[in-house]
Amino acid sequence: MSRSPGRKQENHKISRELFVLTYGALVAQLCKDYEKDEDVNTCLDRMGYSIGIRLIDDFLARSAVKKCRSYSETADMIAQVAFKMYLGVTPSVSCSSAMGNEFSLILDKNPLVDFVEELPAERASLCYCNLLCGVIRGALEMVQLAAEVTFLQDRLKGDAVTEIGITFLRKPEDRRHKRN
Amino acid sequence: MADEALFLLLHSEMVAGLYRASEQGEGENGRCTTKLESMGFRVGQGLIERFTKDTARFKDELDIMKFICKDFWTTVFKKQIDNLRTNHQGIYVLQDNKFRLLTQMSAGKQYLEHAPKYLAFTCGLIRGGLSNLGIKSIVTAEVSSMPACK
Repeated sequence: MSRSPGRKQENHKISRELFVLTYGALVAQLCKDYEKDEDVNTCLDRMGYSIGIRLIDDFLARSAVKKCRSYSETADMIAQVAFKMYLGVTPSVSCSSAMGNEFSLILDKNPLVDFVEELPAERASLCYCNLLCGVIRGALEMVQLAAEVTFLQDRLKGDAVTEIGITFLRKPEDRRHKRN
Repeated sequence: MADEALFLLLHSEMVAGLYRASEQGEGENGRCTTKLESMGFRVGQGLIERFTKDTARFKDELDIMKFICKDFWTTVFKKQIDNLRTNHQGIYVLQDNKFRLLTQMSAGKQYLEHAPKYLAFTCGLIRGGLSNLGIKSIVTAEVSSMPACK
């Protein structure tokens, strides 16, 4: 074979770089179109939501995981299976509330910002990876779990790590089902 | 590879989002296509740089086109270009019979009028790649029956 064995690895890397570069071009274009950071953030979140509602089908088809029995299982599933499958990183999960419905995913390495050194000065409150929040929110909603997903810490804004907070919102129907 | 699904979804979202935004504004379709193409251009430039870091120098234009058809297309779309034609005077026609970004849309003539939107990014991608390899070009796309395109 004329190709070296490392080629396949490179190809996967390039596919991922294609996604990262495309995402970067998208954010740049949105920044040109919208003046306010909040508009860009909202737009990214909305796009992420539309992607998430479709991505969940792909995820469930590929991973064939069983139904999650608790919020913490769900959070673990997102971190260890979904992130690994799509972005190649595994964030660590920690539960940050006594009620057991608030979790944070801590990312040491965020592949989406591979080619980003720093945010430009006039875009200080831009959530560069807001798409991720929308994706998680959309995907969870399609499996009947309402959640709020936001960035708690962001390396691009000077924090040490990137932290995504997921707050599961309890729906009143849940309790009714449990009683039955 | 799961990345493919992500990229396909992101791409369709980009197209939809840009057109949605333009509908609320002045409704200029041409501008959206230009925006998509210029995004593809930037991505193409970056991608070709990373990709050809270790490959040998290209002998001529035809060599570059063959590289685009085989390696570049395989990495981006997981398949090779089905047909490459040229008139040896600078015009090349790349034909893909099952273009990945269109397979999910339809398998015939339905939605034909929407197809060009989805090709704008890829045209930019090719133009960006060629520009970083030293070739100035104009890239256009034509769809007569989904999911094949030229």
